[in-house]
Amino acid sequence: MQRAGRHHFAHQRRIIAALVTAVVIASCSPTGSAAAAGVGRKRRTATTTTTPTTVLTATTLTVPTTATTTTMATTTTTRKAATGNITVFAAASLSAAFTDLANAFERANPGARVTNNFAGSSTLVTQILNGAPADVFASADIANMDKLIKAKAVDDTPTIFTRNKLMIVVPKGNPLRVKTLADLGRDEVVVALGAPGVPVGDYARQILAAAGVTVSPKTLESSVSAIVSKAALKEIDAGIVYVTDVAIDEYRVDGVAIPDKQNIVAEYPIATLESGNNKSTASAFVAFCRSNAAQAILKRYRFLPL
Amino acid sequence: MTRHRPTTRTHGGRTHGGRPPIFIVVAAIFGAAVFLLPFLALIVRAPWGYARAIVAEPDIRTALRLSMVCSVSATAISIVFGIPLAWVQARLVFPGRALLRAITTLPVVLPPVVGGLALLLAFGRNGILGRYLYDWFSIRLPFTTAGAIVAEAFVSMPFFVLSMEGAFATADQRYDEAAATLGASRATILWRITLPALGPALVASAVLCWARALGEFGATITFAGNFPGTTQTAPLAVYQAFETNPDAAIMLSLLLVAVSLIVLMSLRHRLIAKA
Repeated sequence: MQRAGRHHFAHQRRIIAALVTAVVIASCSPTGSAAAAGVGRKRRTATTTTTPTTVLTATTLTVPTTATTTTMATTTTTRKAATGNITVFAAASLSAAFTDLANAFERANPGARVTNNFAGSSTLVTQILNGAPADVFASADIANMDKLIKAKAVDDTPTIFTRNKLMIVVPKGNPLRVKTLADLGRDEVVVALGAPGVPVGDYARQILAAAGVTVSPKTLESSVSAIVSKAALKEIDAGIVYVTDVAIDEYRVDGVAIPDKQNIVAEYPIATLESGNNKSTASAFVAFCRSNAAQAILKRYRFLPL
Repeated sequence: MTRHRPTTRTHGGRTHGGRPPIFIVVAAIFGAAVFLLPFLALIVRAPWGYARAIVAEPDIRTALRLSMVCSVSATAISIVFGIPLAWVQARLVFPGRALLRAITTLPVVLPPVVGGLALLLAFGRNGILGRYLYDWFSIRLPFTTAGAIVAEAFVSMPFFVLSMEGAFATADQRYDEAAATLGASRATILWRITLPALGPALVASAVLCWARALGEFGATITFAGNFPGTTQTAPLAVYQAFETNPDAAIMLSLLLVAVSLIVLMSLRHRLIAKA
């Protein structure tokens, strides 16, 4: 009995040891949520990257001649400098537009490579403050950019390069007939908002407070993409996202407009980062975002003009 | 064979074959540092000055309380369904057993976020089973505490099943056979003979399962969402606090590390004492 017991223990201990290893491995993946956001983002990027050629031809054809000369001027002055790789950390709501925009920048600056990293602005700020290698940061709100300014992580004064408005996102067909902000306060409507600190969540709370609507959201998501994905899966009945998010996912979700007098204009600042190691290309990219060519791309994704 | 084990232990890590090879020891030290340094960093960077105030914050308390409720419930579910599953996998021979074993072990190696996505597609309001739960019984799992418990059980139950299956497979079956010759049914044998004998293994499996449930993140945030008080467990609170309140994130992380460490150490101690 004694021997049998000990043998049993030895085996048991081996199992436990293996399990402990497994626990450690499994618990190493809390970054999984970033991957979760990535699932929705990847799919969207994939569908939009199929059209960059159309976007490009459209812009080159429609940009007026005077505008073309100014863009030409900026690209010629920066052409010498804009080479090498840069990493752009951009708000999740810029995912589709910045994928095209980066392609356009690379075409205008042969030799330059842009790697985009999309996530909620607050997630990106945390990553940058903890030493993530980034050359440019494009935020969906001023507050998150201010955090970087305060930490002296930004090179120059950020500039606003685009603007956006908010919208109610609902599953395709709008099953619960959400028509107004007040409908988000209805008991049966399952609402998702952005978490505190996530720009789209903070904007939504401002809008709701101004409209005097009390909403009990069922979940607070870490990026706007996660809200859209949950609406597409019909797991939520409504959420507040950007107009641009509904535009790129029109085949999966519907949007309900928020009247201008209740809406907010979200301003997107962009800046080069202190930690970047390709300053000239980073500056060229920031300048490019304000160029007519870039503005035309952003407009195609329903961002508001400067 | 098994006899020399305790002797090795009393020698304080020294093996019988003379001096340990220096490069192996050095490599082991580097290996240990990989695990040790991150925890050391948490301790060094922790805001000890107002640690108590942070732990007293209502959001942190809510997250800890919810974590307790969810992880204990998930462990209870794992025991109720895990014992039969482990028994079937260990004691019955049937076609597809290898596949069943692989599937019930899958969450151990799967990224939890993949599990969460799969759960959403199965039990979500629009999922293949979830739509009927919702239409017929008005049961909605996403964004509810029940959903967080399901996510934790999904990820942690395989640990319980794996461990218990090993125990069933290696347990001395002569008592079972003796009971069977005396006319006991298989169910009676399981309840009256096998399980009581496996008590320590059951406790160890349950504690491991609980510890894994406590640390669950990916499946929970994907399937159950993130809301304070209903689905925001301690790991989710760490993730969110990291962006808005890093000090709170560090303190909460330290608490989770401490709990896990205590669990793993007591588990080891318990098993060694049993031997």
